[in-house]
Amino acid sequence: MRFAVRRTIFYLITAWAAVTINFLIPRLMPGDPVTALMGRMQGRIDSNAEQSIRVLFGLDTESSVWQQYVDYWGLLLRGDLGLSFTFFPTPVADIVQQALPWTVGLVGIATIIAFTLGTLVGTAIGWRRGTWADSLLPITTFFSAVPYFWLGLIAITVFSVTLGWFPSSGSYDRGLVPTWSWEFVGSVIYYGFLPALTVVLSSVAGWILGMRNMMVTVSSEDYVTVAHAKGLPERAVTVGYAARNAILPQVSSFALSLGFVVGGTLIMEMVFSYQGIGYTLFQAVNTQDYPLMQGCFLVITLAVLGANIIADFVYAALDPRTRQEG
Amino acid sequence: MTASTLHVPTAGPGAGDPVLEIENLSVDYGYTDDATHVLRDVSLTLHRGEVLGLAGESGCGKSTLAYAAMRLLPPPGLITSGSVHFTDRDGTRTDVLRQSDAELRASRWQDMSVVFQGAMNSLNPVFRIGRQIADGILAHRPRTTRKEALEQAAGLLEMVGINADRARDYPHQLSGGMRQRVMIAMALALDPQVLIMDEPTTALDVVMQRQIVEEIADLRERLGFSVVFITHDVSLLIEIADRIAIMYAGDVVEDARAQDVYRRPRHPYSSALLHSFPPLRGERRELTGIPGAPPDMQRMPPGCPFAPRCAHTTDVCREVRPALGPTALADRGEQEAARRVACHLHDAAAGRGGGSLPAGLAR
Repeated sequence: MRFAVRRTIFYLITAWAAVTINFLIPRLMPGDPVTALMGRMQGRIDSNAEQSIRVLFGLDTESSVWQQYVDYWGLLLRGDLGLSFTFFPTPVADIVQQALPWTVGLVGIATIIAFTLGTLVGTAIGWRRGTWADSLLPITTFFSAVPYFWLGLIAITVFSVTLGWFPSSGSYDRGLVPTWSWEFVGSVIYYGFLPALTVVLSSVAGWILGMRNMMVTVSSEDYVTVAHAKGLPERAVTVGYAARNAILPQVSSFALSLGFVVGGTLIMEMVFSYQGIGYTLFQAVNTQDYPLMQGCFLVITLAVLGANIIADFVYAALDPRTRQEG
Repeated sequence: MTASTLHVPTAGPGAGDPVLEIENLSVDYGYTDDATHVLRDVSLTLHRGEVLGLAGESGCGKSTLAYAAMRLLPPPGLITSGSVHFTDRDGTRTDVLRQSDAELRASRWQDMSVVFQGAMNSLNPVFRIGRQIADGILAHRPRTTRKEALEQAAGLLEMVGINADRARDYPHQLSGGMRQRVMIAMALALDPQVLIMDEPTTALDVVMQRQIVEEIADLRERLGFSVVFITHDVSLLIEIADRIAIMYAGDVVEDARAQDVYRRPRHPYSSALLHSFPPLRGERRELTGIPGAPPDMQRMPPGCPFAPRCAHTTDVCREVRPALGPTALADRGEQEAARRVACHLHDAAAGRGGGSLPAGLAR
């Protein structure tokens, strides 16, 4: 129990630090959004309007950084991330809320599939090393060595352009109304298949390799020999003794990769024009949309933190040595 | 180790029937033609209720012999020839090397169990120790419930002097000595007939070593299992073992009662080995050590493997490998006749009452 309390306090402090840095960084950047907007419009906005835009963006009041910081926290706790400049006047929270489920759904499921598949295959290859199954390794490693955008483009060329099996972009049939109907869900799965496939293909090798190597290492541990000597069934030795210990490092990398699910799929979303958070962040950076950027960063930061919390607790549940009892 | 009060009941050779017979066992490391021959035609018999000590320098094949007898050799270890016969309490004799995988799995831990060298790594770090003892019981006694098995595990821990409450501990919560006791408790869970102990006290300090050895001696007296005790600590062996087999470069070079090996070594290597550590009791003597180093197992000389380091080498030693046989002094009585030695000096002196033997080997 003390373990849980200590970890919770630790993560609260980390979250506070992350939010504070997220607040400070845009303020340290040179230039300001109004000048940037004026510059981008290249004279199409009358220079006299500059002051009105400032008022509109709430940049007219000369408040201290401390006051801004306090206000920022107040707004944040109410879920108010400000208004986006690009999609003015849509609140940032709404944009993030729309984009997030797509990314989390698609990349999250793809990551879980890659992890499960990779770990199972890695266990099998690692336990029976030196068989034909080892030849799987170079094949999967090839797919992860290939640059992701190229893999995505090849997948589009082959499966949507040449064969016409899957759509090349988008996240669902635009003719449908987003509801929880079978038709719509089916359409989402159909559109998401190709991007998910490429994500799984490019990441599964890492999981296989990691698990295989750990299995090989753990298989030569004394306690595995003891388990054999005890006459335990082969399955019990493989699962309970070898894989059970080999999976520990996998679990921590899995939790970390879950954290990056939210932010790390920019290229996939660009290649497949998928309306996720990576694509949104890309747009925000292109248009110097500070509130949106800040909102995206905040969500990504919190996601990584959340994944770390899960990793910590799962790891403690799996490995008694990491529990700091008493 | 000052083992002056250590009492080990003596069950001399022949007191029990053979329980484990290793015959002409050869083991290679590697699958190709240039594989290293680690064991060459090794024969060894363990009798019921006996403590057999297996001694020799590092890399002489002691552990390999024990692992091979249990078919636990890690790859690329390969048994190339020989047989290992296990005789059950009811007299049935099985060849361990010809058992099917299922038969082998069923007999493991019930017939022969093992305490491994590294107490630190022999326990699965993620399971409670009670569960680790219990899963061996459950695998072999399917009618036992989980609760009963855990109760038995707690009882076994009590038996080796660990509080039963510790059954819910994880291995990292125990000290090295306690882990070794847990391993002994685990090895005795199914009342095995043969217990192989591979340097069970190596990682422990001398106080703990002594406690563990006393524990084993005491348990053996109560439960009546046979022990193969592997160590390079010859002085410890003399205290605990009934019989000692000295190994050198993959061969058993001498096999005799512990006290006989200690007082009247017959092989030059045994004699030299005994002169490389100070005696615990008895008269003081000069320590000599053995010149040279053990042979490279990949390039074994054709003759006696000990010939390059032996003080009594003759021409025949460099050409012919000696076989394990009776000593030259076999006519001295029954005890002497039961001894075995692999040395050309004895072959040459046989029938002449050992007259040509060096004085140190004919005491």
